[in-house]
Amino acid sequence: MNIVLIEYGAGNLPSVERALARLGIDTRRASTPGALHGCDALILPGVGHFGALMRSLGERSLVKPVQEAVTRGTPLLGICLGLQAMFATSDEAPGDAGLALFPQKVSALPPSDRLPHMGWNQLRRTRPSKLLEGVPADAYFYFAHSYAALDAGEAGVAYCDHAAPFVAILEKGNVFATQFHPEKSGPVGARVLSNFLRQAGGKG
Amino acid sequence: MSLARRIIPCLDTDGERVVKGVNFVNLRDAGDPAALAARYNVEGADELVVLDIAASRDHRPTFLETIRRVAAELAIPLTAGGGVATVDEGRAILRAGADKLTVNTAAIRNPTLLTQLAAEFGSQAVVLAIDAKRVNDRWEAFVRGGSVATGVDAVAWAHQGVECGAGEILITSMDKDGTRSGFDCALTAAMSRAVSVPVIASGGADTPDTFLEVFGEGCADAALAASIFHDSIQGLGALKRYLSERGVSVRRTG
Repeated sequence: MNIVLIEYGAGNLPSVERALARLGIDTRRASTPGALHGCDALILPGVGHFGALMRSLGERSLVKPVQEAVTRGTPLLGICLGLQAMFATSDEAPGDAGLALFPQKVSALPPSDRLPHMGWNQLRRTRPSKLLEGVPADAYFYFAHSYAALDAGEAGVAYCDHAAPFVAILEKGNVFATQFHPEKSGPVGARVLSNFLRQAGGKG
Repeated sequence: MSLARRIIPCLDTDGERVVKGVNFVNLRDAGDPAALAARYNVEGADELVVLDIAASRDHRPTFLETIRRVAAELAIPLTAGGGVATVDEGRAILRAGADKLTVNTAAIRNPTLLTQLAAEFGSQAVVLAIDAKRVNDRWEAFVRGGSVATGVDAVAWAHQGVECGAGEILITSMDKDGTRSGFDCALTAAMSRAVSVPVIASGGADTPDTFLEVFGEGCADAALAASIFHDSIQGLGALKRYLSERGVSVRRTG
């Protein structure tokens, strides 16, 4: 399988590589438009600032190629900030456009609870989820963020509650994303990654 | 459904090997960091902290290699620090495989370091570590591994540190550290009231009831301990079972 990690300076890219290596999956890093071609699946890792991520993708001319890969049907997994980048805009960087795979926006979580939302939390499943196949209903996943998508229409398949209900997993066609870090979420996180790889046509 | 309270084993290292805390009479080698990390990853630690307590510049490449070796064993978050004084040093630690970094002495001398680190890596990656000791009717922050008094009120400093960009507070009670007499719940609760970010309690961990106290009375979001885990005095699974049976939300791993 040819799995490509989109490289634009995200701090968690090596962690994602290691988590996939533990599953026996070799990955390749891509930081140019041409390098995105011919892959079985794309992963967009992310830690940090929405505006910095989108500007980094822009400087590498990767915005359109990623959007086109999604249109071609290439499976895409966004992780944490990689989920947020799939929306049209974010409160974190009002001037920067996102990938706009989803028309909604990313919001700052309200200060009604401790922020950042940091640590292990459970999910509330609202629709059948491919990423959660075989994952126990009470499983905990690792989160570290202060912004989140509060609404993603029918693409929101699992939610988490901290300060506000927010989208924890997005699934729509070939587009998948998690607000939590599967690469840091122990055995259940590994299961989520292998479920994604199955979408890419591998054994997972 | 709620955010689980975290249990965090801490590896104090001399850069290369795990060493016993400074308050112990017989300083001794307590093992290989990567081997301990692998064990805690399986046993259900929620996160791991690795500190370079020597924090000498000469040994920094050795410590970065230790971080790489530890990170390779983990499918859980890793926090690392010790002597971080610049954005470049912070970047080196994160690039080596840590998800978050701790800053202590350098931040109290130059609080804008927190702002710079948060701007570069995000607040979620910046942990402000504070070593505090009771002095009269307040807690005072100490630096350089607890050896130098600053005259700074530890609770006020935590508040200021969060304003500057810290995304988490790691508060170590120097009065309790190494005593195995329970966490300083009054200090931890005071920190928790003063800041809006998560608070990790450290110093004094012993039996499971000391964890129950710091999550209750101490209002801690996470509790950190070293020797009780390294020496297998307390197992992570048994500790979490104890807490769960008493209504504390913890992540059980089987």
